[in-house]
Amino acid sequence: MSTIPSAVSSPPASAPGPDALGHFGAYGGRYVPEVLMAPLEELEAAYHEARNDPTFEQELNNLHRHYSGRPTPLYYAKRLSDQLGGAEIWLKREDLLHTGAHKINNCLGQVLLARRMGKQRIIAETGAGQHGVATATVCALFGMQCVVYMGSEDMRRQRLNVFRMRLLGAEVVGVENGSATLKDAISEAMRDWVTNVESTHYLLGSALGAHPYPMMVRDFHKIIGEEVRYQSLDQMGRFPDALIACVGGGSNAIGLFYPFFQEPCVRLIGAEAGGRSLSLGEHAARFSGGSPGVLHGAFSYLLQDAEGQVGLTHSISAGLDYALVGPEHAWLHDEGRAEYVSVSDADALIAARRLARTEGIIPALESAHAIAEAIRRAPSEPGRIYVVNLSGRGDKDTDIYRENMPELNEPDANRAGRGDASA
Amino acid sequence: MVSTAGRIASLFTRKKQEGRGAFIAYLTAGDPSPDCLMDLVLALERGGADLIELGVPFSDPIADGPVIQRASERALRAGMTLPKLLEIVRRIREKSEVPLLLFSYLNPLLRYGFDRLANDAREAGIDGVLLTDLSVEEADEPVRRLRETGLDTVFLAAPTSTDRRLGLVAEHSSGFIYLVSRTGVTGEQASVSAGVLPLVERTRRHTELPLAVGFGISTPEQVAQIADGVVVGSAIVKTIEAYASSPALAAEVECFTAWLTAPLSSTAGTRHLDRWRG
Repeated sequence: MSTIPSAVSSPPASAPGPDALGHFGAYGGRYVPEVLMAPLEELEAAYHEARNDPTFEQELNNLHRHYSGRPTPLYYAKRLSDQLGGAEIWLKREDLLHTGAHKINNCLGQVLLARRMGKQRIIAETGAGQHGVATATVCALFGMQCVVYMGSEDMRRQRLNVFRMRLLGAEVVGVENGSATLKDAISEAMRDWVTNVESTHYLLGSALGAHPYPMMVRDFHKIIGEEVRYQSLDQMGRFPDALIACVGGGSNAIGLFYPFFQEPCVRLIGAEAGGRSLSLGEHAARFSGGSPGVLHGAFSYLLQDAEGQVGLTHSISAGLDYALVGPEHAWLHDEGRAEYVSVSDADALIAARRLARTEGIIPALESAHAIAEAIRRAPSEPGRIYVVNLSGRGDKDTDIYRENMPELNEPDANRAGRGDASA
Repeated sequence: MVSTAGRIASLFTRKKQEGRGAFIAYLTAGDPSPDCLMDLVLALERGGADLIELGVPFSDPIADGPVIQRASERALRAGMTLPKLLEIVRRIREKSEVPLLLFSYLNPLLRYGFDRLANDAREAGIDGVLLTDLSVEEADEPVRRLRETGLDTVFLAAPTSTDRRLGLVAEHSSGFIYLVSRTGVTGEQASVSAGVLPLVERTRRHTELPLAVGFGISTPEQVAQIADGVVVGSAIVKTIEAYASSPALAAEVECFTAWLTAPLSSTAGTRHLDRWRG
């Protein structure tokens, strides 16, 4: 990566952000018990102060480069593109980062911030376990105490990541409440934070929650889109026509999209979890089945019932299995700046297998949703260029892939002539 | 319709004249089932509760400890909803004038709609609304609408609240201000956090409103320490949980409340005291 970001590839300075109270249009804000309001104000002040301190930026950049492995490649998936016979598909390889997903970008930023604030204890929630692993990693790196809340259903689905967190020295606390998934892990982490707010920083892992989290998490991930700006000019000679990313809370998507907000020719496409079907409880497609509501401190599109009770969700991918979408995505949606689609469990699995077979890359199940959307669109859009955020690698999902691809467990799997070896 | 104007204000005025603190009881409405709500409210009143907080059950109660989390789950499983709650309040009002505060997370009320809620709650006989996760920064519109129909809006103040924030909390509150005695979720504690006294003093500088202290209070001794009012929640909900399937549920809740309120009241509680102490 020899190209130096130039003026032309730098995003405009006047990019829209939240207002002083954290609103993206009508969305976002700060809907938390009063006990957390002053700590959130303190966090916001510390964040602004850090961002204006060149040594903070320097230390973060240094860690990106020498610890987690930035910049990540922008890779042309030629075999996949050729097979589809339409748009060119390029992959932003966040899966190659240390710990295996984009989550480390935000964790490094927040742990540096926590250290500046004098907090010695870090808590986090995790769905797929990727954020938990990244949090445990940075806590080990900075010698901080780390407690990760994780739904017991997710612990079962992602047992490899549970062990990785423990190996890194973190305490993993199983949460049995509700659906025992990400939503319940966040509730439990918030209860911990309410109780231990003086000693503890809550290292929230997605572009969710009360202000300043959605803004802060976006800012720590916008390096993804900033790299794509100069890499695409360098490698393609122009910006891509569309950016495609999966959206759970929406941190990898907002990190990719944000530096392109002011480029009207670049389409922004988010892929939500369509799950098994689009009836409530069977999916996590907030823009298909949700309506504005408040959960965990933010106002955004929420899956809820007629009484305002938060709906249960389902996705084969734990990282997308959440009832509220990040508030900035709600704003992008209503503004018509970004479009959101839903991708079923089945299509995500097919896409994962296809990427593995054509490019030798096993994606995380979350990222497979974005790949699936690119595969769906590409044949009808020859000449277009897509950049898909490959936000994480698939090692953690090996158990789920095994469960869902029983034919590959057969002794003669993939034997020539058996039919599906290249699919 | 009986006028509800100022039931909360009159309560605190009367208590002040009597030189006593108000006893505020919380229960999760619909726990263990919607059918029990009226009996439980009347039992709390007979036990000496001066004001009753009706918790609207919510699927994700982030500010609550395990006791009230379980109560919310029971109430939701039993089919409790906001319209049902208001219908029961209408029936309670045929029998009781005890001030009633709707205590809720924001989302169920947002879903119901604040315009509709302001009218329906007031018409049913609710006196005020407290929203756990509605910060004063986001509260202008809801407060305006609720106040228009005469409902009080009660906000929380916490030990972490800065003086600037206490000013905002006072500005948006009417009826009384609910002081959270400590950082943390709802639940019982052996002693009331020392942080509460400075908080009472700091809040007093911003307002003439009565101040009620809650979170972690579960014994008569703790109740007696407090000035204008005291809130007991989890300890009552725990009693409801313990006797949920007993025919003596309401009687047990009344006894327990009487035991708690004894230090604040010279008549209601004393006859039950020995039983609970023994």
